[in-house]
Amino acid sequence: MNERTLHILTDSFWKILLPGLKVTLPLTAIAFAMALVIAIFVALIQFANVRGLKQIARVYIWIIRGTPLIVQLYLVFYGISGLGYLINPFVCAAFVLAINEGAYCAETMRAALEAVPVGQMEAGYCVGMRYHQIIRRIVLPQAMRTAFPPLSNSLLSMMKDTSLVASITVAEMFMAAQRIVARTYEPLLVYTEVALMYLCFSTILTWLQHLGEKRLNRYRGTKRATADKERGTKL
Amino acid sequence: MVEVKGIRKDFGEGEVLKSVDLNVEKGDVIAILGPSGSGKTTLLRCMNFLEMANGGTMCFDGEEFTFGHIKKRDIARLRKKTAFVFQSYNLFFNRTALQNVTEGLIVARKMPKAEATAIGHRMLDKVGLSARYNYYPHQLSGGQQQRVAIARAIATQPEIIYFDEPTSALDPELTGEVLEVMRQLAGDGMTMIVVTHELNFAKTVSNKVIFMEGGAVVERGSAKDIFENPKQERTREFLRLA
Repeated sequence: MNERTLHILTDSFWKILLPGLKVTLPLTAIAFAMALVIAIFVALIQFANVRGLKQIARVYIWIIRGTPLIVQLYLVFYGISGLGYLINPFVCAAFVLAINEGAYCAETMRAALEAVPVGQMEAGYCVGMRYHQIIRRIVLPQAMRTAFPPLSNSLLSMMKDTSLVASITVAEMFMAAQRIVARTYEPLLVYTEVALMYLCFSTILTWLQHLGEKRLNRYRGTKRATADKERGTKL
Repeated sequence: MVEVKGIRKDFGEGEVLKSVDLNVEKGDVIAILGPSGSGKTTLLRCMNFLEMANGGTMCFDGEEFTFGHIKKRDIARLRKKTAFVFQSYNLFFNRTALQNVTEGLIVARKMPKAEATAIGHRMLDKVGLSARYNYYPHQLSGGQQQRVAIARAIATQPEIIYFDEPTSALDPELTGEVLEVMRQLAGDGMTMIVVTHELNFAKTVSNKVIFMEGGAVVERGSAKDIFENPKQERTREFLRLA
């Protein structure tokens, strides 16, 4: 490795990582949190079969899943800017990502809600609980456990999708890399570096997913061994 | 105490219940027998509104209701006076044994947590699960899960408990421990309706027996009458083969 290459690598390391920590990760966290709220709300509307709202939910999912994310980003950002309103690119990116991911996660949540046995609902009714109490305390927590792995998947792919918001002028990790490439003409080197950075972030998220699943497993009899370990004694 | 008249249920493929009457007095232990598909489970589920019957009336503590026209609020109110034990236990998977028992007290009846927990302990002790308060359902055997379900049912001091084939999912060894708990409850004077295939339990514990087939009551009477002197040929045949 010659000196110039080494210099570019070390110099760009912080220039890429810093926007990663300051923009990519916060954007991912904020957008995904909003996406989850949208997803739970949209999934519950369908699960509870709320007339009218259910149709709106289906149309929302249909439109969002049927159009590319980058088009949605351009449409909202340049569309609104074109009307003469000034909008913050970061805020715009967070909203578009949330609305986009919300549609996918809503389908995950709906499937997870439907996977909870009907008997849970019936048992809730029979001890005198009301619909919203059973949903909140019994059905939703169980559905969240089922949905956790696919939602983690969504989180991961959304973290990577934040690279698209570079195109609406958000100075995140990928845009930083593009700028360095424009200056140094070393695309192979710098894009490899940014790819590795994304890979690191993904690895950490995957590891967090693993921890989360372990913690959520306490009421799930996935493996006999886990159960035995948890209670310390054999039955 | 509870009187059901002319209850009918149709799932769209012919009538599953054809105008069944049922009268429950306080302290009754009524066993409902019959072959599979005779409508006995449907009858029980309709009585707790888990299925909505297409017709018939119910009189509960002197209040008259018509199936299909009963208000949600009334259903919720009636359910607080009753309890239901399912064939598949239906314990809340995300709650420990103790929390399963206290959930209905704390959430539906707004009981302070400490008080509910004390009751929860007492109920689990009563069904012989003092050592299992903090176990999740998946850590318990089928028999233990069903006993938790019974503890959950009695915790709310219901006027009547409906049992829907409570031992059908259990192997013979575990069936015994559940039936023993039910026997105790009956001894305490609890009003119970039990859909069951356990003829011996019906014979020794219940005071009234109803034999159903094809969505209708074939024969009803005291346990003694039905088992020792059944009048209908169909009842005789069923008891002989079972």
